[in-house]
Amino acid sequence: MLTALLLIWPVAAALLLHFVRGNAARALAFGASLVELALAVFMAIQFQVNSQPQFEINYPWLASVGINFHIGIDGLSLLLVLLTAFLVPLILLASFRHDYENPSVFYALVLFMQTGLIGVFVAMDAFVFYFFWEVALIPIYFLAGVWGGERRVQVTLKFFIYTVVGSLLMLAGFVYLYYMTGANGAVRSSDLAAFYNLRLSAAEQSWVFLLVFSAFAVKMPIFPLHSWQPDTYEQSPTPATMLLSGIMLKMGIYGTMRWVLPIVPLGVSQWSWVVMILAVIGIIYGALIAIRQRDMKRLIAFSSLSHVGLMIAGMFSLTAVGLQGTAVQMLAHGVNVVGMFFISDIIERRTGTRQIPELGGLTRATPLLSVTFLVILLGTVALPLTNGFVGEFLLLMGVYQYNPWLGAVAGLTIIFGAVYLLRMFQRVMLGPDSSFSSVIRDLTGAELAVLVPLILMVFWIGLFPGTFLHISEPAVNKLLVLINR
Amino acid sequence: MLSIILLSVSGLANLFLGFLRSNRLLLPAVLLVLAVVFAVNISGIDTTGPLAAWNASPYFNGMLIFDRYAQVFTAVVVLTTLLLLPFSHKYVREGNPNLAEYYSLMLFSLVGAIMMVSYNNLLILFLGIETLSIAMYVLAGSDKNNLRSNEAALKYFLMGSFATGILLFGMALIYGASGTFALDQLGVAARALPTADASLTPMLYIGILLMLIGIGFKISAAPFHFWTPDVYEGAPTIFTGFMSTVVKTAGIAGFFKLLLVAFGDNTMSLWLPTLTAMLVLTLLIGNVGAVAQTNAKRMLAYSSISHAGYLLLALVALRSGNLSSNAIFFYSLAYSVATVAAFAVLKLVHDQRGRDDYEGLNGLARTNPLLSFAMTVAMLSLAGIPLTGGFFGKFYLFAAAAQEGYIGLVIFAVVMSAVGIYYYLRPIIAMYMRSAPEGDNAPVEVGGFQSAVLVLLIAITVLLGVMPGIVEGVLNV
Repeated sequence: MLTALLLIWPVAAALLLHFVRGNAARALAFGASLVELALAVFMAIQFQVNSQPQFEINYPWLASVGINFHIGIDGLSLLLVLLTAFLVPLILLASFRHDYENPSVFYALVLFMQTGLIGVFVAMDAFVFYFFWEVALIPIYFLAGVWGGERRVQVTLKFFIYTVVGSLLMLAGFVYLYYMTGANGAVRSSDLAAFYNLRLSAAEQSWVFLLVFSAFAVKMPIFPLHSWQPDTYEQSPTPATMLLSGIMLKMGIYGTMRWVLPIVPLGVSQWSWVVMILAVIGIIYGALIAIRQRDMKRLIAFSSLSHVGLMIAGMFSLTAVGLQGTAVQMLAHGVNVVGMFFISDIIERRTGTRQIPELGGLTRATPLLSVTFLVILLGTVALPLTNGFVGEFLLLMGVYQYNPWLGAVAGLTIIFGAVYLLRMFQRVMLGPDSSFSSVIRDLTGAELAVLVPLILMVFWIGLFPGTFLHISEPAVNKLLVLINR
Repeated sequence: MLSIILLSVSGLANLFLGFLRSNRLLLPAVLLVLAVVFAVNISGIDTTGPLAAWNASPYFNGMLIFDRYAQVFTAVVVLTTLLLLPFSHKYVREGNPNLAEYYSLMLFSLVGAIMMVSYNNLLILFLGIETLSIAMYVLAGSDKNNLRSNEAALKYFLMGSFATGILLFGMALIYGASGTFALDQLGVAARALPTADASLTPMLYIGILLMLIGIGFKISAAPFHFWTPDVYEGAPTIFTGFMSTVVKTAGIAGFFKLLLVAFGDNTMSLWLPTLTAMLVLTLLIGNVGAVAQTNAKRMLAYSSISHAGYLLLALVALRSGNLSSNAIFFYSLAYSVATVAAFAVLKLVHDQRGRDDYEGLNGLARTNPLLSFAMTVAMLSLAGIPLTGGFFGKFYLFAAAAQEGYIGLVIFAVVMSAVGIYYYLRPIIAMYMRSAPEGDNAPVEVGGFQSAVLVLLIAITVLLGVMPGIVEGVLNV
């Protein structure tokens, strides 16, 4: 029941927002998201650490075709549900400084989006998964398309078409798998367990892999399919950018772990070298372009592309460390990227620009901002003791076990990351004074309220990764058994 | 049966209501009749046994049969008309002198539609198609002072008459080969024919192919679709909405019944390739054609062609007892509701702003949130995005086709629906992301009752998209 409550509560709150005028909407939305966080934490406390899905709900949805509304939580789901429930209040709080037109609609869409995201993470049936996968797309399309920057119409159209084409191919793959579950006269079902029991030939698995993975590859995004990403991140209002990069991107990675690796392992082993190489190209490509960026938001977008490349490579190493690294790095990346976008938003709001060359010497007037910025930045750079280190270390070990040479090249993420991120910090915060350095205000209480939980999380994951690795371990082990069956 | 009687009688009575000085009574009277017919029909639905069981008691020596199939589709077409008519309010307000005739013609054409889903004899099918079509020819040209409307009526009439001729020729050949018009006996005769009298089989085959062409025209399947964009654009919006929902639903349901009962298991290898080719062409032309449009009404015309293509998927996959009858019902319900909402919004915007291209929708979200939301839900449903009925409609169709092993066709249809996303987003972009033209940003007037109907349309679409199981009691395969 708790899982259903997690899904229903944000939607119910979003509908309530319709009756609230003006800025009361954001306070109400924030309150609702805190309740959601409390629910998720309560669930985490109740959670038994084993490989079984828990808090399951399984009702007939389309009885005539054997589709059930089946949701449940295992270790991997729990981590991502926690991440979503943790980040959404912070994202809402971070937007308090902005006055969006039609605030009740804006915040209703954010809450609506939360339901879609959590639905993706708890779905235990292919069509429930697909349903929420698309449901999550609609609010973000409107958030970016209505409240976005100047080029929003073209950019969001491109984003929408890219993702929907991917999703439709995934749907075709799911329909095929669903059809195959009835191959030996069994009752057709689209349940996750039924898909896990499929034994398809290598050729079938190969093209089912291509169909289903294309949706995830677009969402992550993997190298040649990334062209929607920087534009969309740049043009979206900051809360939408945070939702996209902090949580929505993880839908692709989570989806691959749940719906690709264990279902078509032979297809994965046929294509994993291609994915690996593309991921490593993405790492280098994202980093090289990030070095050249002058716009802070675009720089963070390309840095995200580069870091996600490492997550994909680690995941496709199909090793225990690589998969555990992916699990923990999904959390770390979510925390860091939201922090980075928030700080760029703070700087933009104060100075009116995101262009790195126009900024400089901000640190003198803003000690708090500099410290928080530096901590989150170092987390992204993967300095030991921060969250990024744990994840990327495990990921690199995974890639190294797959192929030492690829591991060596993938290791460049950390070096390149240090180059462009520290350079950005140097040119924005340090360096010669700009016209803003004496007038800029330091962080306010509300901004600290966003950044302090993020920083605590940076250190929590960095110092005690065991809390999270412990939760995901049984799920990852089960995954490995299915992959190697 | 009661539905046909009620509608015919009230159609006639309606003509006399036209003698009254004021025509205020007309719309409520028609809506009331439709609501009663809908209620009667729904309450009579027999929910036991499979959907396509042809075992209800027949009327008129087996000419008409009101089994669950007929009742379900009657409910769909009546509901569609019921939801569409409130948006004809402007005609009432302007005191259009021919209003009573228009409503009567619509009721008669609805009778034709019901005959098309309840026939058990090819003659009744033909009568149904003609009753429906002749009324529609007149209605397409009902905007007498508009050249476009005249053009639409003439085109529709000329092309429609040819198609009817071809259809009738096909029936005649089938009769010649089998010696019967009755649907069930036709099945038996067609099965026996190759052994009984092999020299007559070519006649039967040609007859079936000619019937495919005739019905293909009525549901605007390619390559018989050329009339659609012009007629849809020229005809008054309410009747365009009627054409693209009721006419299409009745046509496809009648078609489905014909193929399933009479030619399902005996001559399938003959018509299946033709039908598959029609499907592929229809999907391609509908979707690609819609991309190039700048007029929302024309876009919806091409979109209705493409939806005929999706519905043909169920016909290709039809086998008795599989998902296809479920699919065709769910899809036509979801499609009709969404299309009604889209045409209703276009009609209201057209009345106020006098245009129905995409730019006419610019900035609508600011002035009319409800209209824009209804349009958005309709577009997402037509595009097949989850949370709307259109998604499960598509899903049912794809699952039915996949069940019979047509994976290639499913993938093609999936690619085509990806194309669809592009043009269905364009009204949404216009409404939400562009600003209204200078001096043209007064809110569009929407009556209270019309708002309520719009809310109902949204609610049905979302309900079908969240709990598709609610109509499964009706389907019960």
